[in-house]
Amino acid sequence: MEINAFIIFIASIFTSNILLTNFLGMCSFLSVSKEVESSVGLGLAVVFVMTLTTALNYVVYHMVLVPLNIVYLQYIIFIIVIAAFVQLTEMMLERFSPVLYYSLGIFLPLITVNCAILGVSLFMIIRDYSFLQSIAFGAGGGLGWLLAILALAGIRQKVRYKFVPKGLQGAGLSMIITGIMAMAFIGFSGIVVIQ
Amino acid sequence: MTKKEIFINSAFKENAIWSQILGICSALAVTNLMMNSLVMGLGVIFTLALSSSTISLIRDLIPKRVRMMVQTLIIASYVIIVDLILKAYMPQMSKALGPYIGLIITNCIIMGRAEAFAGKNPPLDSMIDGIGAGVGYTVVLMVIATIRELFGFGSLFGIQILGEWFTRWSIMVMAPSAFFVLAVLIWIIHGPIAAKVGK
Repeated sequence: MEINAFIIFIASIFTSNILLTNFLGMCSFLSVSKEVESSVGLGLAVVFVMTLTTALNYVVYHMVLVPLNIVYLQYIIFIIVIAAFVQLTEMMLERFSPVLYYSLGIFLPLITVNCAILGVSLFMIIRDYSFLQSIAFGAGGGLGWLLAILALAGIRQKVRYKFVPKGLQGAGLSMIITGIMAMAFIGFSGIVVIQ
Repeated sequence: MTKKEIFINSAFKENAIWSQILGICSALAVTNLMMNSLVMGLGVIFTLALSSSTISLIRDLIPKRVRMMVQTLIIASYVIIVDLILKAYMPQMSKALGPYIGLIITNCIIMGRAEAFAGKNPPLDSMIDGIGAGVGYTVVLMVIATIRELFGFGSLFGIQILGEWFTRWSIMVMAPSAFFVLAVLIWIIHGPIAAKVGK
């Protein structure tokens, strides 16, 4: 059955949030979420890169890999596409928009190793999405990730001056907050249903 | 360092999950069943051991500027091997793990070991270091999976342990519990255990 692209978009933000239900992109999620500002920067960079690399990988997969029958090389090809795209974006930004480069630029290298980006491309192949669906999925996944990191960064700023048991400080506490957030997001699951 | 020290060091002292908080994406995603976690762990051990030794073999030939890219490509090649083996011999498992096998490539543990150890040490040591890091990772995965499967399904490795009387904790099957279990694990290790070992 063909799922409406808009439904995929909404679902990937709320009900099947790439971070809270698929656990993708945790590393940078935990390390960058100390400040709201840097979280916004990284989040926006993820939205941008995720949307466009998903589209690019879709084209590469269906136009190159499938006709040549080398689908098993998809991991290498996807990683190269993502890395090349990130590198190009970085160079373009530096050349044309220094302001944006200084606010987003430092996060771009981090993105190549962000597993959410590769994960979305792989999910897109496994779930057999069409081109439009893939773009919706990429954009929604990115926005969902932005939403999650923003929420965590906001909470962490509040928690900073509270008493936290020793041993739970830092990563442990972030995990618990994320867990509670994941529970809250389960509450959205009535809105749309996919899969 | 002797070989044994290298192993212990990378498996436990510098354990990626609890001391560096790396590579937790897959640690969280596959741990609702023990079997999945075991296969995932073995895949990571395989990839880590071989990619670390390969990177160490050619460490003097890689230009510094493109180091990351070369490492990623080496890792990706081994992940493809893991993926093909799984698809051929365990198609069910391959389906269950889905994209997470491919995501071994971006698992920061592997890149981390390549950067921290394989780039500076001879191949055999790097291989032992890789196996150690993989074993440490698998141990954590199995601990989380045991808790989640036991309470979520009442079973271990798919064999029913707890009988009819047991009310399954459906939260343990769902995503949030992965965060909670890992958080408590980190708490125990950073709190009481770290205090006892004195580091």
